[in-house]
Amino acid sequence: MFAAIHATPGDSEKLLRLAQEFSPLVEQTAADTVALDADGLERIHGLPQQIAAVLARRAVERGLQASAAIAANLDTAVHAARGFAGVSVIPYGDEAKYLGSLPLTLLGPTPEMQETLERWGIRRFRDLAALPELGLAERLGPEGLRLHKLARGAGDRPLAPVREPLHFEEEVELEYPLELLEPLMFVLAQLLNGLRARLASHGLATNELRLRLQLENRGEHARTLRFPVPMLDTKAFLKLLDLDLGAHPPPSPVVKVWLEAEPAKPRAAQTGLFIPIAPEPEKLELTLARLKALVGEGSVGSPELLDTHRPGAFAMRRYGDAETRRRGDTAARRQILRAIRPARAARVQMASGQPVHVHADGVRGHVVGSAGPWRTSGDWWTHDPWARDEWDIGLSDGALYRIYCEQGRWFVDGCYD
Amino acid sequence: MAAVALGRDFEFKVAGQEVCPTGVAQVDAAVGGLPQGCLTELYGPASSGRTSLMLAAMAQSTSRENVCALVDASDAFDPASAAAVGVRLERLLWVRCGGNAEHALKAADLLVQGGGFGLVVMDLADTPVITARRISMTSWFRLRRAVEHTPTVLLVVEQQPHAKTCASLTLEMRRERAVWSAAGDELHSLKSGAGCPAQAAILPHNRLLRGIRVHADRRKPVPAIAASFESRW
Repeated sequence: MFAAIHATPGDSEKLLRLAQEFSPLVEQTAADTVALDADGLERIHGLPQQIAAVLARRAVERGLQASAAIAANLDTAVHAARGFAGVSVIPYGDEAKYLGSLPLTLLGPTPEMQETLERWGIRRFRDLAALPELGLAERLGPEGLRLHKLARGAGDRPLAPVREPLHFEEEVELEYPLELLEPLMFVLAQLLNGLRARLASHGLATNELRLRLQLENRGEHARTLRFPVPMLDTKAFLKLLDLDLGAHPPPSPVVKVWLEAEPAKPRAAQTGLFIPIAPEPEKLELTLARLKALVGEGSVGSPELLDTHRPGAFAMRRYGDAETRRRGDTAARRQILRAIRPARAARVQMASGQPVHVHADGVRGHVVGSAGPWRTSGDWWTHDPWARDEWDIGLSDGALYRIYCEQGRWFVDGCYD
Repeated sequence: MAAVALGRDFEFKVAGQEVCPTGVAQVDAAVGGLPQGCLTELYGPASSGRTSLMLAAMAQSTSRENVCALVDASDAFDPASAAAVGVRLERLLWVRCGGNAEHALKAADLLVQGGGFGLVVMDLADTPVITARRISMTSWFRLRRAVEHTPTVLLVVEQQPHAKTCASLTLEMRRERAVWSAAGDELHSLKSGAGCPAQAAILPHNRLLRGIRVHADRRKPVPAIAASFESRW
């Protein structure tokens, strides 16, 4: 069973989208006509008449002025949709009877053949269908036979489905500018549901969401959310967008919204009894977003040691992106340091080249044991060189600190713990 | 011998509860490890080995492919020290709270509620005692309830114990003494060591800070002397 929808020219994109809502097997026979494989739709919508009615109703909802037809073969459905207004259901076996009144131009004959048929006085489907097959073949050849078959409603051409470009984007133009995030979230939820349905119908998920907001001041606000694994959870998407827009709100009221999803194959994972526990990627992404909203974007992630001897050099990477890197000098480290960031300025008294008293904010006392100085320097070939003398000191209160002197100024670097 | 006996006693009390080793043999022998699904408190003054024990537990956990989270209230975590003791940094989620204890508490709650972590550490070691004391018992109860019946170890590092009844295991850390090498003891090894910074100048009269001798006392569930070890790696 096939269905066809014919709409006014100029709405071909909408028409294709509409057909794809019903079936993945859709053929665009002309700019203003689409046909789809309607097998199985009766289990969802009921009788063919009801299917045709649903098609027509959805077309109206999308603002299309369309006619719909259902028939046992593809060409009959297409001709009925193009020839009759409103909803048509062509019963199996009665195709010739129903199509008989349609003009021959619907069959799309070549100009020469059209002229010949007109000279013969053949203007409607029923006229052509009434001609003897053999005589028509002798005079008009195989093309004549094909038209004859179509005019009888006996076409048996298979559907040539369009390969939908994998572009998942939804947009909505708002009736009035939205200032608050909450109503915007309602709009986004609607778009996300549409995207999710389309992705799910293709058996796909997404690992990147791109949001573009057209603002009232003619500006544009764009945000991109990347996920470590392909996801298809509308609630999670909505929460992530909510958190992201909460952290980076649009500077002006929103008048138009685009939401695009990058398609990806869904994650296939098999769990096992002996696999160590790990956070679920979807949940972890939400947790990370909430943490970022709480403490700031750059304060959540995995540390990565940099390839330098500069003390305290590391970079914060997004969790999951950090590389395994061990610095050469880590093997020589013997003490566990609690860093003081930024290093605390200190006043240090020296005697015989050794520190004897340290005074800094929260760190104060006589030095009862010390080791140093350990003179280190590096990056002298860059614009940001460093050179310092480090001391390990034990204070009278029992605590152990690392202090250093750089360009004549003393700092407390951290506490050994 | 006494420590081993006390360790057995502890194991009996937490029968049926999974524990994670801390990575410090003496502490593991004495207390069995850190109980999963429970809140463990680790407290003590500066230079008492709290961070050493914390990083050892993180190294153990990450070496078993678990994911660890560190909620760092005072931004005191030193990645180089952690890497040196064997923490796999790529399996560590570090949340830097910039001195805000309230954020630390919320972050720990989010992480525990999110689930899936082998070890969640809330480091309040540099948070002033007055601030830490303001954390309400409700918050501690909430954390305890969140971690219950999960395979996660929730470890809180602080200067004084605050969780009271919410903590299943409380360890007090004390420093005994700093261990300094005698003058010139380790110069030979340092000079030939591959890890010595390329431009370090080693003066012949120097000595080295070799470690801190620390003591871990179990305060809860039953007060007992647990273990003594040197925080040197």
